[in-house]
Amino acid sequence: MSRARVTVAAAGLLALCLCAGVDAQRPGGGGPPPPPPVPRAAAPIDLTGYWVSVVTQDWRWRMVTPRKGDYEGIPLTPEGRTMADTWDPAKDEAAGEQCRSYGAPSSLYVPGRLHITWADDHTLKVETDAGTQTRLLRFGDEKAPAETPRTWQGVSVAQWQTPRPNVPLVLRPTERTADAPGVVPTGGSLRVVTTNLRAGYLRKNGVPYSENAVLTEYFDLYKRPNGEELLTVTTVVEDPQYLRTPRLVAPVFKKEPNGAKWDPTPCSSQW
Amino acid sequence: MRIAALMAFVALPAASALGQVDLTGTWARSGQSDNVYAVEPVDLMGMPLNADGRAKALSYDIAALSATERQCQMYPPFYALTGPFPLQISLEQDPVTKKLLAWKIAPWGDRDATVIWMDGRPHPSQYAPHSHGGFTTGTWEGDTLTTFTTHFKLGDIKRHRGFSSDRATLTMRFNRHGDTLTVTGILEDSVYLATPYVLTEVFRLTTNPNGFPATACEPIEELARLHEDPTLAPSYLPGKHPALNEVTQKYNIPLEAVLGGPETMYPEYRKKLKDAYVLPPPVPAPRGGPGN
Repeated sequence: MSRARVTVAAAGLLALCLCAGVDAQRPGGGGPPPPPPVPRAAAPIDLTGYWVSVVTQDWRWRMVTPRKGDYEGIPLTPEGRTMADTWDPAKDEAAGEQCRSYGAPSSLYVPGRLHITWADDHTLKVETDAGTQTRLLRFGDEKAPAETPRTWQGVSVAQWQTPRPNVPLVLRPTERTADAPGVVPTGGSLRVVTTNLRAGYLRKNGVPYSENAVLTEYFDLYKRPNGEELLTVTTVVEDPQYLRTPRLVAPVFKKEPNGAKWDPTPCSSQW
Repeated sequence: MRIAALMAFVALPAASALGQVDLTGTWARSGQSDNVYAVEPVDLMGMPLNADGRAKALSYDIAALSATERQCQMYPPFYALTGPFPLQISLEQDPVTKKLLAWKIAPWGDRDATVIWMDGRPHPSQYAPHSHGGFTTGTWEGDTLTTFTTHFKLGDIKRHRGFSSDRATLTMRFNRHGDTLTVTGILEDSVYLATPYVLTEVFRLTTNPNGFPATACEPIEELARLHEDPTLAPSYLPGKHPALNEVTQKYNIPLEAVLGGPETMYPEYRKKLKDAYVLPPPVPAPRGGPGN
């Protein structure tokens, strides 16, 4: 046998060994694979805890109620503009619709605090102190039954997104120096799609979204070297009735050690 | 020897190829935040400036950019988040192994290129010269690219609003979700900022990157009075900025909030404003701005 053949045979044997090693780790040695862990156990990131809004952008649209007709930055359709121009906060209040600007598409944009917990092994609960809203992010393929009433927070389906196990060669970094930190095989993000919404406001001053809006969110964590944790929530609102293109914002939150500053306040259409 | 090398080759992907996504392409910014867009010259809302940072911002006269030597002055790397143009990202490969050596964010007319070295090279000495683009390294954490930039020059934090010093550093996180790219920037500067300044911008992958500026800057004579009086250095003395109260007059927002500071960035401050704030009259038509 030539040296080249020995090399190829050794490589093949090695590959077999690697595969067999993986297979041997299954309980029962080759039996059916174990059921996947429940979402709570499978969480690649820990979103639980108290988080506070860091309002470093869009300050005048978030920290105060903007004046009527100020829809700068939002790609409204003509119908959306007309709707925004009819904003009447007193009328909303009188109709019991003061939570219009606290619906899921805008609730994380409102300055406040989040309290994220596991309601059960398949459901993350996101509570907001501003407007005292509760969102339930359910993992799985759940769809709202046809007669499910529309709500401010809608029906949310969640899914963990974890790093892919492999990538094309061209995207792999070149070998690093011995003292450089290696690739960290951790992380991931949470994708949430929300439908079945009650029509509401993207901005406190009546900039609308319709009940057919679809909200897609990505929750990404960053643990800084100093221990501080930041949460960025990329928010995509699609609503052909009132938006020419998707609404795209990414509010940021900072983790707090406890709920000492948790301050529930009711919805308000005026403030 | 050869067998050992082959075994290493077979085992390598499992160790090094976790996560990592392709960032190449042209990414159009959503332009739906106020990162880029602000009309009033004194709009420091949400910026965690310290006293020196505020004083520096209020002394700035945009006419200073008309001086011949400043016309081609570039913005710092943070401008990738606060500038108006798309991000054009490409990769540099090792010429032999074809593996990723660096990501490159192409320059604009007024922002230098950002080269994100992925090969673990160290940052230069603190005494090394600073450039407009600075020096950037990157690491993967799962599917997220984290970059760290040092050695960039003093410059605008946002367009003509606030400054970062040449001691500042910038961390950026690149999160790609399908055709959406979210970049979170964390600017730290002990000279002009009281706390880190965190901003995000959302981009969409585009195959139609209109208006991408690739022209070189060429100084011209912009302001006759500068030519007539070479000693003139456009700036404002403390308390003399003519637009100091413009935001307050237009939006009924207290001057204290207009001038930024870390205490204004959190929900407690909103509650503080509640009783004093009066909703201004509706916007007079016509209205403009990004996204409209």
